[in-house]
Amino acid sequence: MSITLIWSTLILGLLYGLLVLGVFLTFRILNYADLSVDGSLPLGAAITATLIFNGMNPFLATLLAIPLGALAGLITGILHTRFSITPLLSGILTMIGLYSINLRIMSRPNVTLLRHDTIFDLLASATGLSLRLSQSVVALAVIVAAVVGLYLFLNTELGQALRGTGDNEVMLRSLGVNTDRMKILGLAISNALVALSGAMIAQYQGFADINMGIGMIIIGLASVIIGEVALGVRSIFGRLCAVVAGSILYRLAIALVLRISFIDYTDLKLFTALLVTIALISPEISKKFRPAPNLALLEHKTGGVERAGN
Amino acid sequence: MLQIHNLYKVFHIGEINEKMALQKINLLLKPGEFVTVIGGNGAGKSTLLNCIAGVHLPEKGTILLDGKEITHLPDYRRAGSICRIFQDPMIGTAASLTVEENLALALRRGQRRRLTRAITRSERELFRQKLAVLELGLEGRLTTPVKLLSGGQRQALALLMATLVRPKLALLDEHTASLDPKTALRVLHLTRTLFEKENITTLMITHNMEQALELGRRLIMLHEGSLILDVNDGERDGLTVPKLVELFHAASGEQLHNDRLLLH
Ligand SMILES: Nc1ncnc2c1ncn2[C@@H]1O[C@H](COP(=O)(O)OP(=O)(O)OP(=O)(O)O)[C@@H](O)[C@H]1O
Ligand SMILES: [Mg+2]
Repeated sequence: MSITLIWSTLILGLLYGLLVLGVFLTFRILNYADLSVDGSLPLGAAITATLIFNGMNPFLATLLAIPLGALAGLITGILHTRFSITPLLSGILTMIGLYSINLRIMSRPNVTLLRHDTIFDLLASATGLSLRLSQSVVALAVIVAAVVGLYLFLNTELGQALRGTGDNEVMLRSLGVNTDRMKILGLAISNALVALSGAMIAQYQGFADINMGIGMIIIGLASVIIGEVALGVRSIFGRLCAVVAGSILYRLAIALVLRISFIDYTDLKLFTALLVTIALISPEISKKFRPAPNLALLEHKTGGVERAGN
Repeated sequence: MLQIHNLYKVFHIGEINEKMALQKINLLLKPGEFVTVIGGNGAGKSTLLNCIAGVHLPEKGTILLDGKEITHLPDYRRAGSICRIFQDPMIGTAASLTVEENLALALRRGQRRRLTRAITRSERELFRQKLAVLELGLEGRLTTPVKLLSGGQRQALALLMATLVRPKLALLDEHTASLDPKTALRVLHLTRTLFEKENITTLMITHNMEQALELGRRLIMLHEGSLILDVNDGERDGLTVPKLVELFHAASGEQLHNDRLLLH
């Protein structure tokens, strides 16, 4: 692989890292498989690309993706908590609805930004950096801000209540936490990150496409799994860094696979699906990555009490 | 303290499997009273506690805590004054969080969660002191994930968490039932130090008749959703396990076949 290819793969890995952090937050912290990300990533891309296309300042256009993504998460959360729709289905409902909304926003299947300045161009011209360097700086700055921000948040009273909600909802309610609200909050933050990821990726690749969200949840999961297996850390901060690393490793793996002559770009989704499947069924890993078995139920069935570390 | 008037709870209303889980329950608890609750399987003991905690909303009747009506308040909004311990040690603590994180969550029971640091240094010191009382060596394991603790350790931690903020009312549902006899005894001892000696108003469900007579000064018995026995003070002190079984027969007019009550 050429240096340029590796470099652009790294940048892409960082930008998708925002998506992966979002998926990590719902899937790992909240224990909620949220499929709305397949709609909220293109939502961020669509809104930002359209606004830039129509002459808005790219920084502002990028920032606007954040509240819109949060709104998408909010809707999924309300569908689940208020109306007791299963997590999977509430995510799918949001995702499907967003497909039409994204088309409305763009008013065509894709918007190209070739003749328009993106945040990367603006930074390059303002600082005199090369485009490549300015892309790297922005990507790095955003992902560091996201990791540090999430880390700090998860160690606040609110963030801790959110983590507890994903772990043991009954207990959190008995401690006075409105767990429905925690889930909505987690979904909103997650989808805000995902939409921001879409906004950045659209500018990086120079276009937004209505189909760019397909399979994002699996890419997110694959990256989370790769990161956790590769780095195997336990602290919250370590895990956040690990999943971003997972995003980069995933992109590198994709870049390598694409070099195999008979593999087409369109085969990538199959490759990713296989990757996640292997991870989920391989016994060592599956212990860590399938939704944690309900210990409480297990206890009742076996009638015993766990005695680890005693 | 706790006033329950004419409480009814029905499950699956209007369906063929309609179940009257509680009927015409009247109960008054004085401040500081420690009450043990007994009754056969399906008698409605857990349902009663769940209604008081707000997990189930009753069909009829009122529940007042400290003179304030809480009958229809959602569970998380009563949690500031009511603490609960469950039979399953896994439910009373959050497995993937550390010992100190669990305690910090409990320290803010009933409070609004803010965007401030979850654990301060002085709180950590407080946790160490409180954990030392348990005599399980947990004071040196503040950052251990709770899933690495034994069931007994987790239940002891749950007891501490429940009393970290003094509750107006404690609801214990067979909280020693899934522990081995030795650990159960230890947790029972802790129950005495943390709840009974502290004069925390408590309702404790147990299937163990000896336990039921050992703790507190008042005992109530449920049968098929009704409160069929309520004895306290002198009357209760004179009770023995055989007498209690006899009382149960008399009150319910039934033989105790195959019932878990007999097994203890
Ligand atoms: N959530 C529920 N939905 C439907 N029926 C329920 C529910 N909870 C309890 N019941 C029914 O209400 C009755 C009382 O149950 P409850 O759990 O209160 O009994 P219990 O006295 O705690 O018994 P045990 O000693 O076995 O714990 C039972 O017949 C039970 O099947
Ligand atoms: Mg019960």
